[in-house]
Amino acid sequence: MEQQTLTVTELNQYIKGLLDLDPMLGNVAVRGELSNYKIYPSGHHYFTLKDSESSLRCVMFKSSAVKLRFRPESGMGVTAYGRIAVYPRDGAYQLYCTGLMPEGAGDLQVAFEQLKAQLAAEGLFDRAHKKPLPAFPGRIAIITSSAGAAVHDMIRILSHRWPMAQAVLLPVRVQGVEAPPEIVGAIRYANEFKVADVIITGRGGGSIEDLWAFNDERVARAIYASELPVISAVGHEPDVTISDYVADARASTPSNAAEIVVPDQRDIRDALESFSIRQDQALRKKLMSLSQQLDAYRSKRVMTDPAAHIDNRRISLDHVRDRLVAAEERNLASAQQRFVGLAAALDAMSPLRVLGRGYAIAEDGQGRAIKSVKSLSPGDALTVELCDGRADCLVRAVKENE
Amino acid sequence: MAGKKLSFEQSLSRLEEIVRHLEKGDLPLSESLSLYEEGTGLIKSCSKMLDEAEQKVVKLKKGPDRAPVELPFEDEN
Repeated sequence: MEQQTLTVTELNQYIKGLLDLDPMLGNVAVRGELSNYKIYPSGHHYFTLKDSESSLRCVMFKSSAVKLRFRPESGMGVTAYGRIAVYPRDGAYQLYCTGLMPEGAGDLQVAFEQLKAQLAAEGLFDRAHKKPLPAFPGRIAIITSSAGAAVHDMIRILSHRWPMAQAVLLPVRVQGVEAPPEIVGAIRYANEFKVADVIITGRGGGSIEDLWAFNDERVARAIYASELPVISAVGHEPDVTISDYVADARASTPSNAAEIVVPDQRDIRDALESFSIRQDQALRKKLMSLSQQLDAYRSKRVMTDPAAHIDNRRISLDHVRDRLVAAEERNLASAQQRFVGLAAALDAMSPLRVLGRGYAIAEDGQGRAIKSVKSLSPGDALTVELCDGRADCLVRAVKENE
Repeated sequence: MAGKKLSFEQSLSRLEEIVRHLEKGDLPLSESLSLYEEGTGLIKSCSKMLDEAEQKVVKLKKGPDRAPVELPFEDEN
């Protein structure tokens, strides 16, 4: 029997046909290490999958490659999915890869770590770039979904804490492929038209996929580029997103963002009360010391009762002194009256009279009010002023709030 | 100082300044009284602002010229 002679093409086609018929090779999952990973201008990815003893050539066409959520790199352990087929031109079989999963962590986790490392290296998270938040914002832009609990919670908390601020909602989708461009657009729009003094962007809790828009590179860059300070408020307490790293301030939840962005009116009312008490005390002290001076002046006059032989002079001198004293007394009396009137007006209009509830002012050695523990060190002496007196205290330890 | 309207934030820092001056105690009586009067007025106006504040919530829409248009926001919850 004569052996049939085939052309190379015919043989390769024959082998291709055999492999194409094999059901297992039509759908394989193969584990290995990526090496020689190359992305061609065409958008196709070429790489070799290997283990300690063997290697497999792989190709991933653009249509599959664009769906990758992480950036494959040589050296990475992966599972590759696809089919084995022959590439007839080279007479070699290869894996036509349709998907890659990083080993260990999920692909989103890997994507997160990759973007985080890249943006950190570019300096997007640098503290020096973070802008301070305004102490008393007049308008607050909220970039989130107009449905959902997040916007509701924020508006409720803002109205309790600081109703003077206006909430300006820029509704966007917060999940799905449309979310990142919409969030980016809203951040840019808020800056272009200066619609507020500060921006909050975020959403309520959800799965890592739900929160993914806030791990998007475009969103991160828009937050970085924002001239208005941005507070990132995504998910629940343990959720951390790229937005959190790049924003000027991170809130653990949307509600927390509303707490960060405005002062609490109760604290401000307390501060007003403290000003009221302090200026009251200061003026009382002033009036008291003037009274004492006047008393001293009066008693001096009694003691310097002049001798009889200068009657005329004495009389005119007394006369002048009497007028002086009377004038001083009138001056002081009217000042006291004015003070009493003002104090009464202040008391009448204000609920700020609750000094007894434990209010205190801490002062340093120069009598300056201490506003921050940052200016304190253990061993510093300070004076604590209460409604009825003062206490000299020594700082034992300083703990700064997180 | 008097005459022009201060923002809430400016009022608070002016109050701080006033109280510090008064507490130094080295001002003539008439000046102390003027400061006290100014301070009282500021405390009163700040308290009034807080008492009368009513939260406003708006939803922004891009107008035909791209400029923002404010719409009332009805909280859907």
